[in-house]
Amino acid sequence: MKHLLSINDISQAEAVTILNTAEELAKATDGPIKKLPTLRGRTIVNLFAEDSTRTRISFEAAAKRLSADVINFSAKGSSLSKGESLKDTAQTLQAMGADAVIIRHQACGAAARLADNRWMSGAVINAGDGTHEHPSQALLDAFTIRRHLIHGGDTLDGLHVAIVGDILHSRVARSNVLLLTKLGAKVTLVAPPTLLPVGVENWPVSITFNFDEIIETVDVVMMLRIQLERMSEMFFPNAREYSRYFGLNADRLRRMKQNSIVMHPGPMNRGLEITADSADSARSVIVEQVTNGVNVRMAILYLLLAGTSQGEGVPA
Amino acid sequence: MNLALPAPDIARAIMRISHEILERNSGSESVTLLGIPTRGAYLAARIAANIATIEGHPVQQGTLDITLHRDDLRMRPPRALMPTVIPPLGVEDRNVVLVDDVLFSGRTIRAALDALGQIGRPRTVQLAVLVDRGHRELPIRADYVGKNLPTSLHQSIKVQFTELDGVDAVVVDDGGAE
Amino acid sequence: MTNKFLLKAVNLQGSVVDIAIADGTVQQIGSNISLDGAVAIDCAQSVALPGLVDLHTHLREPGKEDAETVLSGSRAGARGGFVALSAMANTSPVADTAGVVEQVYRLGQDAGLLDVFPIGAVTQGIAGEHLAEIGAMADSVARVRVFSDDGNCVSDPLMMRRALEYVKKFDGVIAQHAQEPRLTDQSQMNEGFVSSQLGLKGWPAIAEESIIARDVLLADHVQARLHICHVTTRGGVEIIRWAKSRGIQVTAEVTPHHLLLTDELARSYDPIYKVNPPLRTELDVMALREALAEGVIDIVATDHAPHPSETKECEWQAASFGMLGLETALSIVNLTMVESGLMKWSDVADRMSTAPAKIGRYENHGHQIAVGKPAHITVMNPTATYRVDRDRMASRSRNTPFHGMELPGTIQATFFQGQLTYQAGA
Repeated sequence: MKHLLSINDISQAEAVTILNTAEELAKATDGPIKKLPTLRGRTIVNLFAEDSTRTRISFEAAAKRLSADVINFSAKGSSLSKGESLKDTAQTLQAMGADAVIIRHQACGAAARLADNRWMSGAVINAGDGTHEHPSQALLDAFTIRRHLIHGGDTLDGLHVAIVGDILHSRVARSNVLLLTKLGAKVTLVAPPTLLPVGVENWPVSITFNFDEIIETVDVVMMLRIQLERMSEMFFPNAREYSRYFGLNADRLRRMKQNSIVMHPGPMNRGLEITADSADSARSVIVEQVTNGVNVRMAILYLLLAGTSQGEGVPA
Repeated sequence: MNLALPAPDIARAIMRISHEILERNSGSESVTLLGIPTRGAYLAARIAANIATIEGHPVQQGTLDITLHRDDLRMRPPRALMPTVIPPLGVEDRNVVLVDDVLFSGRTIRAALDALGQIGRPRTVQLAVLVDRGHRELPIRADYVGKNLPTSLHQSIKVQFTELDGVDAVVVDDGGAE
Repeated sequence: MTNKFLLKAVNLQGSVVDIAIADGTVQQIGSNISLDGAVAIDCAQSVALPGLVDLHTHLREPGKEDAETVLSGSRAGARGGFVALSAMANTSPVADTAGVVEQVYRLGQDAGLLDVFPIGAVTQGIAGEHLAEIGAMADSVARVRVFSDDGNCVSDPLMMRRALEYVKKFDGVIAQHAQEPRLTDQSQMNEGFVSSQLGLKGWPAIAEESIIARDVLLADHVQARLHICHVTTRGGVEIIRWAKSRGIQVTAEVTPHHLLLTDELARSYDPIYKVNPPLRTELDVMALREALAEGVIDIVATDHAPHPSETKECEWQAASFGMLGLETALSIVNLTMVESGLMKWSDVADRMSTAPAKIGRYENHGHQIAVGKPAHITVMNPTATYRVDRDRMASRSRNTPFHGMELPGTIQATFFQGQLTYQAGA
C-alpha cells in the first residue's frame, strides 16, 4: 500500500490490518503519554483545498501523536486560492520533501491525480475528493461498527447497515458501500430516487425508497448530511418533506432493533436529516466516531509511512 | 543448520530462569512478566507456568509490543502491530521482567524500555532471554540467560517453540542461506 | 521541386497498378507505365485512397494559436492523409462574419498543404441568441456551406428551425452539436455505472438523443439538410436510422475515438480521456461501428480538438474537453472497421472522402482516383504498424488519447493537387 486513494485499492485483509492496527494504537496512546516516537522526522502536509475543520484536525492529531511534523496548507490565503494548479502545488510539496500529503479537494480524482508519480513521490491520502470517496471516514465507521457489534471477529459478517440520504453526492456513502460490503456486511441504501446515481443498480447493495420498511431490521443506521442547496436543484421539494420521509426522528429511533446504533459522519443538520434527540440518544455513537477517527488515521499513517515500500527493506 | 540446544536443555534453562527470578525478587508477588512478541511472549508464558507450579499461585503476565518504538522502521516494510496486554496490576512500582528469545544488538530491548516508559514507571526492569548471542550495539545486558551462544555476525540464530514451529529447539545457521 | 510522381504497384480498388501524377492531375493509370522526370515511389503493400476530407476540425486560429494554427493543423492533416479540413467556427473571435471566415480560408491557402474550408457559426458568438451573417459567409470567398455552433448546441428549437430553413437558399447544411444543455449542466462523463462509482457528474445519452430526435423532425418539417456531429450513442443511431428510412435529409458523423474508446478509461481520472461528447460504453461503440459500416452513419470526422498541456495536466473537472484526431484517424478506422472485417477499403474511401465532400459540397474533393481528375491521393500501408508518440506529432498540442498505443496502418504519402504534402520518413 503506497497511497490510500480509494477503498477499491485495498483488500479485505489490508482493511482488517488497518482496523486491528487502530485497536493497538488506541491502547498504546491510552495512557498518560499520548505521543509515540514512530514517525519522528517525517513531514506530513495537510493540503485542504476545501474547508473541512474536523477532518483536518483529526489527521493533524493523528500525525502529531506519531511525532510527525505537520504542515497545514489550506485554501484560504494560500496559493491554492490564487489559481495555482494542482500540478504546481504537487511539485512544491515534492521540493519541500513531504513524505505524505493528505488531500481534501472539491474535484473527484484530485488525490489520484496528485499520486501521479510524475508530479510527486510521497504517499497520498485521500481525505475526500469531490463526490467520489472518503476512505478514512469509511474505515473509522467500520472500526466503530466493529467495536460495538462484533465481539472478537475481524470482519462485519452478518450485519445489516442502512445508509440514508443523499447517496448521489456523498463520498462517505461511496467509500462505505465498498468497505462495508468488502468486510461482509449487507448494505441497504435509503434515499429518494432523485438522490441515487444512475448506475446504482449495479452496486452490491439493496435499495429502498421507504425508510420505515427497514428501520426495524437493521443493525446500523448511518445518516448522511443533506445540503439545503439540493432543494434549489430540484432534488426534493423542501426540508419538511425530506425530514418526514428520510429523517431519523424519535418515532423511527424507537422502532430500531435492540443494540442497534446510529451514526453520522458530521457535520449534522440537526432537525433536518436527524432530530436532536436521535443524535444525542443512547444509540448514537456519533461522538465516538470522532475519537475513533484519530486512531484509524494514526493506523493509516503508520502503515503508509513507518516503513519503506515493499521490497526495499533490509534483510531481517 | 546446527542444533545448538535440544528440547530437554531448553526446558531445563527455562526452569532455571524461573527459579532465578523468584530468588532475586523474593517470590513472585512483586513480579510482572512481559513477553516481547512473538517468541518472547511464548517464553514468558512458560516461565509463568513454571512459577505458578513452584509458588502455587499465578504470576502477573502480559505482552509488550515494541514495534512503534523501533529505530529501524524506515529500513523495513511496515509491519502489523502485535498485541500489548498489560496485566491487571499494571507496571507502576512493579518488578517488571522483560522476556525475549534472543538478545543480540540490544536495540529491541532499548525499544521495549521506551514502550514501557509510555505505560508507567516500574520499580525495577529486569531482562530474561533464552539465548545471548553477543554483538551488543548498546549498553544493555540480561539479568537471566538460558544459554550464552557465541556467534559470528554472518550466522543466524533461530529459536523454535512447539506452539509455533512444532518443536522446541535452538538452531544456528552458518550463513549463506539467508 | 518536381511535380511529377509515379506511384509503383499500388493497390487501387483491388488491382495493383501504377499511377502517374503530373501538373496537379492524374495522368495515367496502368501497369508498368513510365513518366519522364518523375519521382518513383514504391507502393507495394499500400492502398491508394481518394484524399481524405475531414468535416470537423478545430484549428484554433484565430485566438488560440498556442494550441494550434491553420498551418500546424494543415501539417497534422497532411500527415494523417487529409487533403481538406473543415475549420470549426468556435474560434476567438468566432467565425460568425465574412471577415473571419475569409481570414481562415486565406490562411489555409497560404499554408498550401490542403484545402481549409471554414465552417460558419449558426448564431452570433455561438451564443444561441441571434442568427449570424450566414448569407454573407456563404457568398464570401470562403463559400461557406456548413454552419455549426459546435461546442454549443443550437438548443432553442425556434432558432434551429430558422437556421435549417435559411441555409436552403444556397444548399447549405446545419451541423448540430446535439447536447441538451439543461440535462448536461456541469456534466463530466457518460452517465452510467462508471460515473456512479467515480462520482463524476453524469452526461446522459438522452441529452444527445433528445436533440437528434427533435432536429430530424424539424428537418423533415422544413425539408432542409441536417448533419449530426459526433454521434456517440446506440439510441442516437436508432433515431437516425428511423429518420433516413422516412427519407429525412439527415447525415451523421462518428469520431475515431468514439469507435474505439469507452468510459472505463475515466477510471484513471486522466483528463486526456475527457471529451465532448463523452466516451460511452462498449455497447455504444459496437453500435457505432455497425452503423458506420451500414451507412446509417455517413462519415468519420475527427473532431480534432487541440489543447495546451496545462488544460489537461490538472484535475478532471478543471480540464478542457477534447482530443487530437487528425494524425491517427485513418489507422483507428483501419483497426476498428477494416481489420474487424466490417468494411472494405472502398467503404473507407466513401466514409472518409466521398461522403464528407458531398455533405460539405466540396466540389473538387471526394472523387474517385481517375485520369484527368485532380490528384488528391492518400497512400496508406495497412500492414505496417507504428507506436503513437505524442511528442512527435505535427500538431502543436499533445492531447492524444492514443499515446503509446501500437496502431496498424501508416500513411506512406499524401498528395494534394498533385503536390506531395507528406511522405513517411521524409
